[in-house]
Amino acid sequence: MIIEHPLLGPRDAAEFTYLGDARLIDRPDWQSETAAHDFFEYGYLRDNPAGWHQELWFHEAGDRSWLVITRNTVTHEISKVELARDVARSRGRSK
Amino acid sequence: MRYSGFKVLKEALMGHKGWTPAWRDPEPQASYDIVIIGGGGHGLATAYYLAKEFKQKRIAVLEKGWIGGGNVGRNTTIIRSNYLLDGNEPFYEFSLKLWEGLEQDFNYNAMISQRGILNLIHSDAQRDAFVRRGNAMILNGADAELLTTAQIKERYPFLNTEDARFPIKGGLAQHRGGTVRHDAVAWGYARGADSRGVDIIQNCEVTGFRIENGKCLGVETSRGFIGAAKVGCAVAGSSGRLMAKAEMRLPIESHVLQAFVSEGLKPVLPGVITFGAGHFYVSQSDKGGLVFGGDIDGYNSYAQRGNLPVVEDVCEGGMAIFPAFGRARLLRMWGGIMDMSMDGSPIIDKTHIDGLYFNGGWCYGGFKATPASGFCFAHLLARDTPHPTATAYRFDRFEKGLMIDEKGMGNQPNLH
Ligand SMILES: Cc1cc2nc3c(=O)[nH]c(=O)nc-3n(C[C@H](O)[C@H](O)[C@H](O)COP(=O)(O)OP(=O)(O)OC[C@H]3O[C@@H](n4cnc5c(N)ncnc54)[C@H](O)[C@@H]3O)c2cc1C
Repeated sequence: MIIEHPLLGPRDAAEFTYLGDARLIDRPDWQSETAAHDFFEYGYLRDNPAGWHQELWFHEAGDRSWLVITRNTVTHEISKVELARDVARSRGRSK
Repeated sequence: MRYSGFKVLKEALMGHKGWTPAWRDPEPQASYDIVIIGGGGHGLATAYYLAKEFKQKRIAVLEKGWIGGGNVGRNTTIIRSNYLLDGNEPFYEFSLKLWEGLEQDFNYNAMISQRGILNLIHSDAQRDAFVRRGNAMILNGADAELLTTAQIKERYPFLNTEDARFPIKGGLAQHRGGTVRHDAVAWGYARGADSRGVDIIQNCEVTGFRIENGKCLGVETSRGFIGAAKVGCAVAGSSGRLMAKAEMRLPIESHVLQAFVSEGLKPVLPGVITFGAGHFYVSQSDKGGLVFGGDIDGYNSYAQRGNLPVVEDVCEGGMAIFPAFGRARLLRMWGGIMDMSMDGSPIIDKTHIDGLYFNGGWCYGGFKATPASGFCFAHLLARDTPHPTATAYRFDRFEKGLMIDEKGMGNQPNLH
């Protein structure tokens, strides 16, 4: 797989490590009444779809940026690559 | 029909006209007492033990393709019971004992070969871990032997114990481990189940569940609705996809694992050898091919093929420990979809939906579990209580903090 890094251009997937579903960006509120259950779901349950999947990749052997990659889990085709920072900010994080 | 040496001789003399198909090809009935989804090793073994040991009737196995086309026909066929933790080791040892009697039990030649498995040790930390593991195995009635470098040199003279990149400092051997002809496991269980009245229905994909008032009434399939008092799901790598149809999210990610086989060679390798430090393991099949593999690719995938960086990584590991194998040409490589769980251990449990049962999360190690998984899932389906060796394999262990994490990796499926 070749990953079109938004800053560096096409890079070999072997330079990256994989974390998982990009929903991991959305950490639950630790002060909520249901925090224990929310963190269980956040930590342990996954949609695991066959098809398009948004996921977190870390450019470990490169510029060490976190990326959100939209990739098809059936064909390995990549349709979109974004900086995780931009995705998190657009969701109101780290203003 | 019973298979025997006598029958083979008789058929040879009679022109092989008396052989009949090993299982029927029945039309699905409108309803069953128990429907098993997935005609892999685990689904077929479950149906077999349900009929044979638990005397259940009116059972069907629904398979979307052909039986044995999933992971049961894609794995590297290693069986062993060298686990560490209490939740796992009694279960895997139960499985190894079932393997030892399996061919007689289901009257089918599965070429079970207890040629032994050796885990190589390269550092003090690894030795400590393997000593502990060996002791845990012995405590649970399994066999384990810690080998010194000299013993390894004597038994495996082709291994470099002097000046390799990772010097060999010993090994943990399980002599009762070995390999099995994987396809024959699917066929043997299918034949045994069929002869006891189980309907094995191929080309029948489950597309949904009919759930009313919290109870599962049956399954929608590509061949129409099939009613069932109890539905057992055993679809391995497709677990997430299937259970989403019952609106369940699982503690599982699907990942691709690749395997490789070389051209046939004369006998060069006695038994199975794992080189954990180099992420490589290998055995030699009875046909002579070196069957080997390494790590999973490491990203979510439902494609039954992987990518080249892992091919390179596996082959580098192989060359580091067995430079001679670099002369062998690669014949085939393929991938299978692993149901990687959050702690690396499986689930055999009821779901929150009445009548719906789940078996999955086998990661890259479910082939060796096939007999016990089938037996324990059948126990749960027939009696509604877990088998004594499978009491820890519950859904709620993740929320309660009772993980069975052999490697201590935490909730990161691609690291297990
Ligand atoms: C490359 C590789 C190497 C491996 N090596 C080993 C090893 O050395 N030792 C070991 O112990 N384990 C090993 N494993 C793991 C082992 O193969 C699996 O854990 C085990 O086979 C899974 O159980 P199963 O046989 O029931 O799965 P499968 O054979 O995959 O059965 C699941 C079945 O469900 C069917 N199905 C899916 N969805 C539906 C649906 N909606 N409706 C109807 N049917 C459906 C599929 O078609 C499939 O036939 C390996 C796996 C791979 C891929």
